[in-house]
Amino acid sequence: MKIMVAIKRVIDYAVKIRVKPDKTGVVTQNVKMSMNPFCEIALEEALRIRESGLASEVVAVTMGPSQCLDTLRTGLAMGADRGIHVESTSALHPLHVAKILRNLVEIEKPSLIILGKQAIDDDCNQTGQMVAGLLNWPQGTFASKVVLDKEKKEVTVDREVDDGIETVQLNLPAVITTDLRLNQPRYATLPNIMKAKSKPIKKFTPQELNVEIKPDLEIVEVTEPPKRKAGVMVSSVDELIHKLKNEAKVI
Amino acid sequence: MLKFRSIFSKSKSNNLFLLRSLTKSSTSPADAFSYSQNAFSFSKHSSLPAPASVSRVPLSRSFATDSEARDSIEYDVVVVGAGPAGLSAAIRLKQLCHQKGADLSVCVVEKGAEVGAHIISGNVFEPRALDELLPQWKQEEAPINTPVSSDKFWFLTKNRAISLPSPFHNKGNYVISLSQLVRWLGAKAEELGVEIYPGFAASEILYDANNKVIGIGTNDMGIAKDGSKKENFQPGVEVKGRITLLAEGCRGSLSEKIMGKYNLKEKGGAQHQTYALGIKEVWEIDEKKHQPGAVVHTLGWPLDHKTYGGSFLYHMKDNQISIGFVVALNYQNPFMNPYEEFQKFKHHPAIRPYLEGGTVIQYGARTLNEGGFQSIPYPVFPGGAIIGCSAGFLNVPKIKGTHTAMKSGMLAAEVTFGVLNEGLDMDMYWNALRNSWIWDELYKARNYRPAFEYGLIPGLALSGLEHYLLRGKHPFTLKHGKADHEATNAAQLHSPIHYPKADGVLSFDVPTSLHRSNTNHEHDQPPHLRLRDPKIPETVNLPVYAAPESRYCPARVYEYVADEHNQLKLQINAQNCLHCKACDIKDPKQNIEWTVPEGGGGPGYSVM
Repeated sequence: MKIMVAIKRVIDYAVKIRVKPDKTGVVTQNVKMSMNPFCEIALEEALRIRESGLASEVVAVTMGPSQCLDTLRTGLAMGADRGIHVESTSALHPLHVAKILRNLVEIEKPSLIILGKQAIDDDCNQTGQMVAGLLNWPQGTFASKVVLDKEKKEVTVDREVDDGIETVQLNLPAVITTDLRLNQPRYATLPNIMKAKSKPIKKFTPQELNVEIKPDLEIVEVTEPPKRKAGVMVSSVDELIHKLKNEAKVI
Repeated sequence: MLKFRSIFSKSKSNNLFLLRSLTKSSTSPADAFSYSQNAFSFSKHSSLPAPASVSRVPLSRSFATDSEARDSIEYDVVVVGAGPAGLSAAIRLKQLCHQKGADLSVCVVEKGAEVGAHIISGNVFEPRALDELLPQWKQEEAPINTPVSSDKFWFLTKNRAISLPSPFHNKGNYVISLSQLVRWLGAKAEELGVEIYPGFAASEILYDANNKVIGIGTNDMGIAKDGSKKENFQPGVEVKGRITLLAEGCRGSLSEKIMGKYNLKEKGGAQHQTYALGIKEVWEIDEKKHQPGAVVHTLGWPLDHKTYGGSFLYHMKDNQISIGFVVALNYQNPFMNPYEEFQKFKHHPAIRPYLEGGTVIQYGARTLNEGGFQSIPYPVFPGGAIIGCSAGFLNVPKIKGTHTAMKSGMLAAEVTFGVLNEGLDMDMYWNALRNSWIWDELYKARNYRPAFEYGLIPGLALSGLEHYLLRGKHPFTLKHGKADHEATNAAQLHSPIHYPKADGVLSFDVPTSLHRSNTNHEHDQPPHLRLRDPKIPETVNLPVYAAPESRYCPARVYEYVADEHNQLKLQINAQNCLHCKACDIKDPKQNIEWTVPEGGGGPGYSVM
């Protein structure tokens, strides 16, 4: 059984983000990039499933400019068997990614696709769901626990939802997106980093996969959140009511 | 009274050990507190003799490795640290291999998450060593494109800036970001076949049965705060080399251990090393105020006449400037707060106009060597050598150490090549250094800094004398004063310094600045700042010295917090650490030991 994992190269979570002076986006030049933390969790889950004997191969997929190969190599160093790099210099939005993944699925034929629930740069939380829709596969999103039953070709997913934990059972093939508490990703060890250098990476372009990258979203403006204003100390309840009524106008 | 040392010629004597004999040798105080470097290593692979001295670190802190067999990888040369020295050595080795048809495997391990992540420096770059190493650097698009356009030197009083003749000759030099240059060097090294592994911290030295260094061991990863293994535990890896080059930068943790173990300071006839703490910010300023290549240095305010230090302000490209403040760590007043001095300095009427309307992009801090010629240890040990600032080749009056660090790496590489291919002796590195322009330069510069022991004015006077008249040609060599950690007076001899509150526009509080350093560590790991005696902070540092570590640390790692009984106890916020090593240097009882945390942690400098 093959598992496909989608991983994304994003600005490292510890970096202080700055908005570009022209407000078209954030500064990415000279900024540290890493694998999206949720994608790390997705890859870790796939590796654990393979290590328990329920899967035979884990394929890591990434999309974007040539620098994404660094992220892919990290994925291979963590333990993925093969890599796929879909090279594109244009901005890829969730629908593009979902379409490319759908077309890759027709080539690779995995039984399970695992993605991070969202990327920490755009926070879209859309790709996994769109892939499931395009493939007409069942989906288990915000997974905090995944249990695979190979015999019955089912996967049971505990989902973290607003009301608590919801458990769903999905028939394979299925799409799973991972949430924070699913697992703790492993470190890529030095010997594995060395082995990863010789693992195969297949290259595609979106055109080869019959996906047209037409921008369907336009980013109008990016601004910093407003600076938090200092609070105002009030000396009595009456003053509080007065301010709420006349200044903040909320009552 | 001037102290005289034995007169000697700077030429190429073969007498290795008497060349720099001191009239009175001062053993490094650190030796008295050094303990077994085997405290944390229990490798099954290296046949270590049983540790002779008992570690004072409680055994519960010696972690998992004893029960795990570790992977072992072998190279011809292992370099610790992907900085200017380490990368220059690696590049030079590969160049020699290509030239002479040899093949040597070279591995560089780097504790930062990326090459360049832990690199911070002024930096006005003298391309002398780079011209020798990679003469085509301009065509190969090295990030060196802002030549120095002006060179100013000001003596500051509270309200004025008095222009003095600039002691620097920066024609032909460039204003750069060293982090960017090192990243470029890393790419060049990889092109030549060097294997670089960022995110791996060399935490121990490996020895064979004859006490020869055979490589390093990386940190175990995935150990929780209490010492237990987490679910993603990974044992460290042994990276073995026929030759090991330590290029950890100023006050390298492994280098200090090696210097202690093999008595390298005494062997080289060296005095103790002296240090300064440099704190720096990169600002993006108003275009109209930006003068690419402008270089400004200041002395004087806000420091007093007994404290050596000053500031720098360099204009890079893209409307960015580097502004920083350097304070020598032999300051006496325990209430001194170098970070706050920097914040205060930015408000000076001659400085603030540059900054007004600008934003801070990055912040960071690092200690640097000021010992110069007098403090260079014997840099060779069985199995390897120490290169770059870990040995200490910074030229203090020039305030440049990058070119000498690179050259020292190149020389070490040339000798290493000879050792591995022609059976030469690594001791030739000492000769190579003494025959090089590093020695020449540092010898000429040797008296500038020690002259300031007598105060700011005598120091400046001698600097003037040196610069215009003597140029290093005098028969004496001044000695350094007390070691930095011994120079701190008891708090009762001084009164607290009042520092103004940060205004959030020009000056900032430490947490805000720290955020700009992109510093991060995996929080669930044992604190990497170890106390040799856990009682000393509350019994000595706090009552006698009023807790200087809570002031000199530019990352607010050390805080005294009241516990349930209202007693102040030391809290170590190891996660904030900028890896500057100030605490390792300045702690009065040398009780704080900086050890390397899990690889990949620490600051994330990109334009520093």
